[in-house]
Amino acid sequence: MQVHKYDVVIVGAGGAGMRAAIESGQRAHTAVLTKLYPTRSHTGAAQGGMCAALANVEEDNWEWHTFDTVKGGDYLVDQDAAEVMAKEAIDAVLDLEKMGLPFNRTPEGKIDQRRFGGHTRDHGKAAVRRACYAADRTGHMILQTLYQNCVKHNVEFYNEYYVLDMLMVEEDAYREDGTAYKQKRVAGVVSYDLATGELHIFQAKSVVFATGGAGKVFKTTSNAHTLTGDGMGIAFRKGIPLEDMEFVQFHPTGLAGLGILLSEAARGEGAILRNSEGERFMERYAPTIKDLAPRDIVARSMANEVREGRGCGPNKDYVLLDLTHLEPAHIDAKLPDITEFARTYLGVEPYTEPVPVFPTAHYVMGGIPTNIDAEVLQDNDTVIPGLYAAGEVACVSVHGSNRLGTNSLLDINVFGKRAGLSAAKYAATADFVELPEDPEKFTSTQIDAMLNSTGTERVAVLRKELQDIMDANVQVFRDKDSLDRALVVIEELRERYKNVSVQDKGKRFNLDLLEAIELGFLLDMAEVMTAAAMHRKESRGGHYREDFPNRDDENFMKHSMSYRDATATTEGISGIRMETKPVIFTRYQPMERKY
Amino acid sequence: MSTELPEPASKIELKPGVGGGGEIPTFNITLRVRRYTPESTADAYWEDFKLTMYGTDRVLDALHKVKWEHDGSLSFRRSCAHGVCGSDAMRINGRNRLACKTLLKDLDTSKPITVEAIKGLPLEKDLIVDMEPFFQSYREIMPFLINDGHEPSGERYQSAADHAKFEDTTKCILCAACTSSCPVFWTDGQYFGPAAIVNAHRFIFDSRDDAGDMRLEILNDKEGVWRCRTTFNCTEACPRGIQVTQAIAEVKQAILSRTV
Repeated sequence: MQVHKYDVVIVGAGGAGMRAAIESGQRAHTAVLTKLYPTRSHTGAAQGGMCAALANVEEDNWEWHTFDTVKGGDYLVDQDAAEVMAKEAIDAVLDLEKMGLPFNRTPEGKIDQRRFGGHTRDHGKAAVRRACYAADRTGHMILQTLYQNCVKHNVEFYNEYYVLDMLMVEEDAYREDGTAYKQKRVAGVVSYDLATGELHIFQAKSVVFATGGAGKVFKTTSNAHTLTGDGMGIAFRKGIPLEDMEFVQFHPTGLAGLGILLSEAARGEGAILRNSEGERFMERYAPTIKDLAPRDIVARSMANEVREGRGCGPNKDYVLLDLTHLEPAHIDAKLPDITEFARTYLGVEPYTEPVPVFPTAHYVMGGIPTNIDAEVLQDNDTVIPGLYAAGEVACVSVHGSNRLGTNSLLDINVFGKRAGLSAAKYAATADFVELPEDPEKFTSTQIDAMLNSTGTERVAVLRKELQDIMDANVQVFRDKDSLDRALVVIEELRERYKNVSVQDKGKRFNLDLLEAIELGFLLDMAEVMTAAAMHRKESRGGHYREDFPNRDDENFMKHSMSYRDATATTEGISGIRMETKPVIFTRYQPMERKY
Repeated sequence: MSTELPEPASKIELKPGVGGGGEIPTFNITLRVRRYTPESTADAYWEDFKLTMYGTDRVLDALHKVKWEHDGSLSFRRSCAHGVCGSDAMRINGRNRLACKTLLKDLDTSKPITVEAIKGLPLEKDLIVDMEPFFQSYREIMPFLINDGHEPSGERYQSAADHAKFEDTTKCILCAACTSSCPVFWTDGQYFGPAAIVNAHRFIFDSRDDAGDMRLEILNDKEGVWRCRTTFNCTEACPRGIQVTQAIAEVKQAILSRTV
């Protein structure tokens, strides 16, 4: 086992991790550990754009962007964080342009902007052109541009190093009022080198988690196979809370049956949704901005059309995205990739036929709680020195209960940069935390047990059962009964997981083993999502409880904070403690959310 | 700039059977995989798997079916599963393609479907190769914007026409399908290969970049663009539809005329 020492270790090489690395790498001895080659990260699958109030094509300002973000998140957004994001969005886009990102341009040569769901002029008056974009491959261009700049700055990557554990110590500490508490401190991470099967310890003054989401908890998802909630899972096991995990975004337009994403940019460019009667049904649900309503509303409307029998196809289980009134040349110029997805995977020609679509699990709004400097919190307000998180793994919270389209590409750039700066700054004056004894012990024990297991359960079987139960019960519509059903199965699967074995016993590229470990994270994330959904007895943003169909500000205008705690029981689930955290308000008071 | 459109109709008549659908047929295939498991067997060998698949399944689904239901040790890279991350380039029926973008129904399923690792890079295990030499060539062409002038406070302007000159080569996902389909690369691992040239092209023809001459000098090397024999394998292999051979030709032309 090798031990490496760095000032800053960044875990994950998607947009947030690489944006952090560009800052940190120029200021401190930095390593990036990533389970994929950096350009494979799922940031590259983002399509539509990145919003910033540049006002290049029409009047706009960051305050409107802040309002839209707060309202889009159904007022569960921490408004200080949303202000930071909307304000710094402008520089974030300009930074990318200077790094070389090839944005689409206006006839004058300025960065072009287009409409996106929930982004409006003057507090909801009409849709506004705010999304900067590169055709329908904006995420691809961001990922490539950030990687290019990492190459430029000689950032040190450890490719295909899976981080499986974080090294933490707890120290006795006292608050200002004299009460004692345990202060967590980070000492480093444990990683598994896929090529050799060896464990490597990385000791670091600062650790940045930028590991992305957990979409593979669900069957129908736009997420990559590798998005298994590793970073969230590691933090959760270490006693760090996860915030707002009940809020998962279901993107309205996944290719039916497959979940592959068709960007909201399609609707931004004029595409509309129709039901089996040919009706543009969004006119009924969001009379002002119709198909460009935020994702939670559109996804729920689609699911409702299907539920009421107006779905299309032989099983009446999807609706249609209609681009046929758009000029083919316009489609080719603005939406080339997604129209190719429709042709390749469904054999549908979007010029002439509407495309079958249905909501697909897309984005986890919740995650590891941080403040606006990307510092991780061990409770409602205690910072863990040297530990940072940014991007989908984190919850700042700028997305509240429903993220607006394009705000994730923005989040990774704004808070990725902040995480990199904070981590480097901290490392400049901090000392290393001494490694605990046998730092690799937890991980090596876990791996040996998995390799030596003679259990009869198969990873793929358990994973499929988990994904099926989550799709059936914890999707767009939820109620106590459905969540109960899911929990029973999740607990049963957690038991069966102890009896899992892998067939590949080797050291080289043992992806069989890694899939088994990833399943452990998925099971933890499914449990915490469902527990948090059970706890929130109201409907808000992406979380819709049919047994509590209204927003309840009196009891639930607060973040949920789930803790792994062996001694606690929440909603009948042992091992999870549920607390809450106040929402930060600055200028916007909650209003009814209409579009 | 986005075009203003008239409001679409609130209601339209849908043609019967619109939006595809119908029963998805199943069919049987033989997946013939080139295995290499150096921890147990010194030489590579072929292994057949008989599988029942669905009409919308891709080669990646067949590989997953093997790994998840038959043999967990079968090793291959994959992530996004819809052709944008570039992890799963492999040789399918002798042609470089992405497994996640190749539908089984588009292949001849009456014969075994062969799957092997891409060629020209060191084989590690089953369908996994060492990508490091590939990324080394990529890094050598300085794949980042270099601008001598002082940093502007706002954005740099670029006309749509200037943007169009290099847009095609920005689509590259570094999957190595092109480079590992190139006969010159197979025999000479020192050759930069099409992907590195494509990424050089992306900057050489970017009006905001000032280091075109340096990159052209690098590619004028004996292992540079002149090794290209215009066999078009790379263009056929590119899952993103990049006109790779044309990009290489434009770089050759630029070296000769030094107009950038």
